Amino acid sequence: MKRPFSLALAACALVFAGTPVGAQELRIGMLTTLSGPGSGLGIDIRDGFRLGIEHLGGKLGGLETVVVEADDERKPDVAVQKTDEMISRERIYIMTGQVWSNLALAMMPTLARNQVFFISPNAGPSQLAGKQCNPWFFNTAWQNDNNHEATGAYVQKRGFNRVYLLAPNYPAGHDSLNGFKRYYKGGIAGEVYTPLEQMDYAAEIANLRAAQPDAVFFFLPGGLGINFIKQYAQAGLKDRIPLFGPAFSFSQDILQAVGEAAVGAYNGAQWSPDLPNELNRKFVDSFKQTYGRLPSLYASQGYDTALVIDAALRSAGDKWMDKATFRLALEKVVLETTRGAFRFNRNHFPVQDYYIRQVVKLEDGTITNRIVEKIFEDHEDAYVQECPMNR
Amino acid sequence: MDPLLLLQQTLNGLQLGVMLFLMAAGLTLIFGIMDFINLAHGAFYMLGAYLAAWLAGLFDAFVPSVAVALLLTAIVGFLVELVVARELYRRDHLYQVLATFGLVLFFDELVKLLFGPQPIFLEPPPWLEGQVELFGAPYPVVRLAIIATGLASAVFLWWLIARTRLGMLIRAGADNREMVQALGVDIATLFALVFALGAAFAALAGAMAGTIVAVRIGMGEEILILTFVVVVVGGIGSIRGAFVGALLVGLVDTWGRALLPGLLGLVFERSVADAAGAALAPMAIYVLMALVLAFRPQGLLPARG
Repeated sequence: MKRPFSLALAACALVFAGTPVGAQELRIGMLTTLSGPGSGLGIDIRDGFRLGIEHLGGKLGGLETVVVEADDERKPDVAVQKTDEMISRERIYIMTGQVWSNLALAMMPTLARNQVFFISPNAGPSQLAGKQCNPWFFNTAWQNDNNHEATGAYVQKRGFNRVYLLAPNYPAGHDSLNGFKRYYKGGIAGEVYTPLEQMDYAAEIANLRAAQPDAVFFFLPGGLGINFIKQYAQAGLKDRIPLFGPAFSFSQDILQAVGEAAVGAYNGAQWSPDLPNELNRKFVDSFKQTYGRLPSLYASQGYDTALVIDAALRSAGDKWMDKATFRLALEKVVLETTRGAFRFNRNHFPVQDYYIRQVVKLEDGTITNRIVEKIFEDHEDAYVQECPMNR
Repeated sequence: MDPLLLLQQTLNGLQLGVMLFLMAAGLTLIFGIMDFINLAHGAFYMLGAYLAAWLAGLFDAFVPSVAVALLLTAIVGFLVELVVARELYRRDHLYQVLATFGLVLFFDELVKLLFGPQPIFLEPPPWLEGQVELFGAPYPVVRLAIIATGLASAVFLWWLIARTRLGMLIRAGADNREMVQALGVDIATLFALVFALGAAFAALAGAMAGTIVAVRIGMGEEILILTFVVVVVGGIGSIRGAFVGALLVGLVDTWGRALLPGLLGLVFERSVADAAGAALAPMAIYVLMALVLAFRPQGLLPARG
C-alpha cells in the first residue's frame, strides 16, 4: 500500500517539476539582507549580481532571465518564509543572495526538499562544506574560514609571536579564530569574545593595551568593525600595534565609514579591486560608474555568481532544465571571474587563490585595499575531506 | 591587576555611567512624576545622535551642532507629549507601552527615510582627538570630555531640581501630583516641560555616544534596556538614585567585561575562563539588579524615601 502511494506522489512531483514556466524562462530568487544592520552587504551582493546580468546582455546562458528580489531582514524565520514563497509562488529554479550562514542553514532543508539549486554568493558554513555537504548547495565565494586562514598564514609568515585575538561570541566568531589558528602557530596574548550586540570596546581595548601584544587580529563584521577600528584609533593604538583581520573587517563598505582610521591594516581576501585582470578592471570601473561607489568584495561575489550561473547554463545547453545535467555543468564549471580562475571543489566550494591586502589612501583621497602578496595558491577548505559527495 | 589598567577601566565605567545617567534622568522623571512608561525614550537618544551628526556634517561646527540637535529633540519631545503621551496618562500602563512602542517603530522608519539605512558618524572636532597621559597611560580625550560633560550635566540638573522654582514643582509633582494640581499649578505645562527636558538630556547622551560609536537605527533600543536597569537599581522617580544607579551599572558592566576573564583564569584553565568570562560578563548588571530587587525592592535611593 505504501509504495504505490509514494510512487504516485513522485510522479506528481515530476509532472510539476517538469512544467515549463513560460517559454524557457530562467527564474532566480535573490533573497538577501536589504534593510537593517548588515544591509550594506546584501545590497552590494544584489548590485554586483545585477551588474553581472547586465554585462551578459540581460540574459544568463542566453535565456530570458527573471530575478525575484526579497529582503530577509537578517532573520532566519523571515528567510525561511520568503524561501517558501519564492518556491511555491515564483517557481524559482535557482536561489541566491544569502549573506549569513545561520540563515543559509535554515533555508537549506526547504530548498533541498523542493530540489531548488542554492548558489550562495557569501554564506559558506563549515557544515555544508563537510559532513552535511549537499548536492543542491553551491558556494561561489569561499568557505567561511578561508579568509581568516589566509590572514593567519600571513601573520605567521611575518613572524609575530604575541597576537591578541578578538571576535564576537557566536558560531562564526569561533570559526574565525579557529581558522586563524589553523595557520598561525605563534603565541597568543589574549583571546576575547564579545557579545554580538556590543558596540563600545573601551574595556577590551584597555585590556588589549595592557597585554602588550605585537599584533591584533580581529573579526568584527559590519557595524561592529566600524566601531572597533574607530575606537582603536582614538585610543592611539593604530600606529603602535598593527591590525590584521579577514577581508570582512576591512571591506569597502567599512572603509567608507572609518576612513583614515583603517589605513595600514592588513587583511586576507580572495579578491581585491586592483587584481590585474581585464574582467576585474571592467567590473570595478563599471560598478563605480553605475552605483557611484567602489565595489566591496561582496559585490564582486555577486558579480561572479552571475558569471558562474551563465557558464553552467551555456555548457548544459538545451538540457539546462534537467537538474542532473545542470548540476553536472555547475560542478564542471571552469571560467575566468573577477578574481581570476574559478572552479568548484567536489564539495561545491571554490578552489582558488587568496591574497593579503593592505588598506591604503590613494592620491585622490580614496581609501581602499591594495594587494600586498598572494598567500595561498589553489587553496581548498579544511572540511572537504569530511564530505561524502562525489568521492 | 595593574592599578593603571584598573584606573583606565574605572574611567571607561564612569564614561558609560554618565551617559546612562543622562538617559535615566529623563526616564525616571517621566515615570516618577507622570507615572508614564516611555519606551520611546531611546528614540530621543537616536534622534539626538542623528541630528548632531547631520548638522555637524553640514556646518563643520561641533558644539553649535550638538546644541541645535538638543533643542530640536526637545521640541520633538514636547510635541510627543502633546500629541501622544497626554492622551495616555489616565490609561493603564499597557496602553502606554503599546503606544510608545509604536513610536519606536515610527521614529526608526522616519530616521531611515531621512538619513538612509546606513550608519553615519559624528566626527569629533580636532580638539577632542588624541589622547592625554594619565599617570603614564594614554586615555582618549573624547572619552574624558564625555565624562566631564556628563558630570557637568548632573550638577546642572541638581541645581535645576534643588534650587529653582521649576525644580521645586517637579519634586512636588513626583511626591504628590494631586496636591500640586490642587494648589493651582499648571500641571499640563509642567509635564510637557519635563518631557522636553528628558528628551534633551537623551539627545545629549546620543550625541556623545555618536563620537565613539556609529550612529545607527535601533541604537536607542539597546541603551533603553540598560537605562531601565539603572532606573530600577536607583529607585523610580529619583534623580539622585538615577545618578548612583547609572554609575554603578556603568562600573559593574565595564569591570565585569574587563576583569572577569582574568579572575576566572586564576581558577580555571585559560580556554574555559575565556568562554565563561564571555558568557558571564554581560550578566553582571542583571545580577546587580536582581540583588537590589531582592534586598531593596524600592531601589537604592527612592524618591519617596
